Amino acid sequence: MDFELTEDQVALCDGIRDLCQGRFDIDTVRGLADCGGVDRRLWAELAETGVFSLLVPEDEGGVGLGWAEAGLVFEQLGRALVPGPLVGSLLAAEVVDDAVVGFIERPTGPALVEYPDVIDALLVLDGDGVWRVDAAELSIDAAHSVDPLTPVGRVDVLPQGEAVGGCYGWANRAVFLCSALQVGLATGARELAVSYAQERQQFGKPIGQFQAVKHMCADMYSREEVARAALYYAGCVMDATMGPGLPANPGGDLYFHGCTIDPHDARGDHEHRELVRAVSGARILAAEAADHNGKDCVQIHGGMGFTWEIDAHLYLKRAWALTPCFGSLDEHAERIAAMV
Amino acid sequence: MDIRFTADEVAFRDQLRDWLTDVLPTLGDPPDSDDWPARREWDTGWQRMLYDAGYAGINWPSEFGGRGSTPTEHLIFLEETTRMGAPYVGMNFVGQLHAGPTLILEATPEQQARHLPAMLKGEEVWCQGFSEPNAGSDLASLSTRAIRDGNHYVVTGQKIWTSFGHVADYCELLVRTDPDAPKHRGITWLICPMDLPGIEVRPITTVAGSSEFCEVFFDEVRIPVENRVGDENDGWRVAMVTFSFERGTAFISELLGTMNQLADMADVARNICRNGSSAWDDDEIRREFGRLQVEYDALWALTKRVVSQAQRTGMPGPGGSVFKLYYADVKKRMAELAHRLLEREALVFGDEAGDEQTGGDMVASRLYVLSLSIAAGTSEIQRNIIGERILGLPKER
Ligand SMILES: Cc1cc2nc3c(=O)[nH]c(=O)nc-3n(C[C@H](O)[C@H](O)[C@H](O)COP(=O)(O)OP(=O)(O)OC[C@H]3O[C@@H](n4cnc5c(N)ncnc54)[C@H](O)[C@@H]3O)c2cc1C
Repeated sequence: MDFELTEDQVALCDGIRDLCQGRFDIDTVRGLADCGGVDRRLWAELAETGVFSLLVPEDEGGVGLGWAEAGLVFEQLGRALVPGPLVGSLLAAEVVDDAVVGFIERPTGPALVEYPDVIDALLVLDGDGVWRVDAAELSIDAAHSVDPLTPVGRVDVLPQGEAVGGCYGWANRAVFLCSALQVGLATGARELAVSYAQERQQFGKPIGQFQAVKHMCADMYSREEVARAALYYAGCVMDATMGPGLPANPGGDLYFHGCTIDPHDARGDHEHRELVRAVSGARILAAEAADHNGKDCVQIHGGMGFTWEIDAHLYLKRAWALTPCFGSLDEHAERIAAMV
Repeated sequence: MDIRFTADEVAFRDQLRDWLTDVLPTLGDPPDSDDWPARREWDTGWQRMLYDAGYAGINWPSEFGGRGSTPTEHLIFLEETTRMGAPYVGMNFVGQLHAGPTLILEATPEQQARHLPAMLKGEEVWCQGFSEPNAGSDLASLSTRAIRDGNHYVVTGQKIWTSFGHVADYCELLVRTDPDAPKHRGITWLICPMDLPGIEVRPITTVAGSSEFCEVFFDEVRIPVENRVGDENDGWRVAMVTFSFERGTAFISELLGTMNQLADMADVARNICRNGSSAWDDDEIRREFGRLQVEYDALWALTKRVVSQAQRTGMPGPGGSVFKLYYADVKKRMAELAHRLLEREALVFGDEAGDEQTGGDMVASRLYVLSLSIAAGTSEIQRNIIGERILGLPKER
């Protein structure tokens, strides 16, 4: 066992961080809110870097890495607040040719679709499999998103679309990638708060010298580290049990029984249980770390924290946008309770 | 990142499991928690069995009589022994988990030869004499005075909260050798035999009604200079070495024991019947079980990260402070969950024998968890450490 990043993994993180700093500085990111969240040229750069083909085998033109690495890359993208349908575009890489791809579970009623103005296609997960719906087929009504970096539109009737595959493991993968983005968001929010706590002076000293503020920062860091450990562990378990790519459904009840998370879905073999437990665990801790760190980041900025100008709200809102996907936190807690 | 065990690690684990399967049934019942002579015999007897089987000092280097295992094997050892219900390290804690490792790094060959084999065989029980009535969180302000007199230090003062002080043979003792130097620079780390004339030990009764820690009074106690570890006035640095072990990996068995306890509690919840349904049917209770499991799993993953860092660098990483801070909170939540299940049964101590640290009585455990955010550096102090040393925020003073 060596549960530390390898040299290659460290280099991968550094590379993605450099890319984000160079191409997705905060002004650029904020500007993307005005063009539906995605700039095709920048998106193509992400694709060329291999962000979406990370898991595609090398002999098929991909990068050939595993889920642990995908988690590291998405963590860096979250930390830099990179917007766009990142999760769907990675998951879609092996099954469709579109560049900008959304991914949702089929709701019983009307759907809220993210990045409606920029997606080429939408992948829809339901109990019968995964379906591709062409963006041109979607009739979208405007909606006012809470997160400027996650525009959404309403679709009253989601077309069935064309089948692209079984539903095996898709929801777990999406949950894992959302969690990685959120660990990154928790980190970004903590870094912003700590740097403000070092600069801002009141009563003649940096506010970070006051214990109430210092201890809040320490708690932000602790949450983030615990969530990160859970995330990395989940990535390793996914690699050990699923391998990269999208294998055919081995049959039976394994993995998800459709798109909704069955709280009692803890049956099956030992490996399946390990995976569900690790992924749902990472999900809960990452979502909460991002939410709490976003709020603490606002608090530490005082009045500035409540302004549009300071980035604190962007971390928080992105965290909120990522949480209600593929099962509520209560459902994830139920899945794990079934294994205690 | 690879969480899988190597073939060697698996072989180590299987061999250990076989051994535990053979010896655990021969142990008999653990002693009553207030029968100190019997507890000493139990804890040191287990240490001796580990020694005879080659498992003592699992992570100590082989030149010091240890097994020289990797941090991962140490982790496997703790995981398997806890999982299979082997005795906890108990009063061997200080010797095995921080005094021993400190001696390995800082002591003279003579001191090492004198103490390390005896610690490994369970022949020496150690305690930690750091805290004083007026030096707790601000440990460096300690004032137990040591005055050099020829080949001895003459020590006068008082220590407090000394766990197992009344059963220990030796003490890792911090004393003030230079009262005029800045407070961190006048401290010395001594090996103090607990049977020297002038030492008086008085047990203190805890909130749980037990007495595992003591006050220790020193009245002109003559400690040979050859018992000094590190240089005179360099004791603070040596104490930091001790702390890195105390906060680094010392809580692993606790965490694993807690995970066992959670599973036992879930069985209790499933069997408690209220108004025709089980406590487990209550959404809030069931989900809290799920959440606690998530947090313990994550702390276990964090432990593996800390251990892997230790494997690369030779020292536990700063993740230890995060672990301790977070663990104290989660374990308190678990105690509260237990009490929602017990309802009026929470008024009485259970009669289950067992160590309150690793399982057993939930009522005793509710009291025990209060100490988790105090002992080995309070949670406030851990937050200061994280804020200042990890995040680089300005120091208070
Ligand atoms: C079960 C148990 C076993 C122990 N075993 C041992 C042992 O074997 N050997 C040994 O030497 N010691 C031992 N201790 C002592 C332990 O290390 C001290 O209790 C601890 O360091 C706190 O010191 P104190 O009790 O003097 O509290 P104080 O330092 O007086 O703290 C009182 C309160 O003030 C807070 N506080 C203090 N300073 C600050 C600050 N700068 N910022 C914010 N808050 C602050 C603390 O967090 C705490 O809440 C043990 C303690 C317990 C509970």
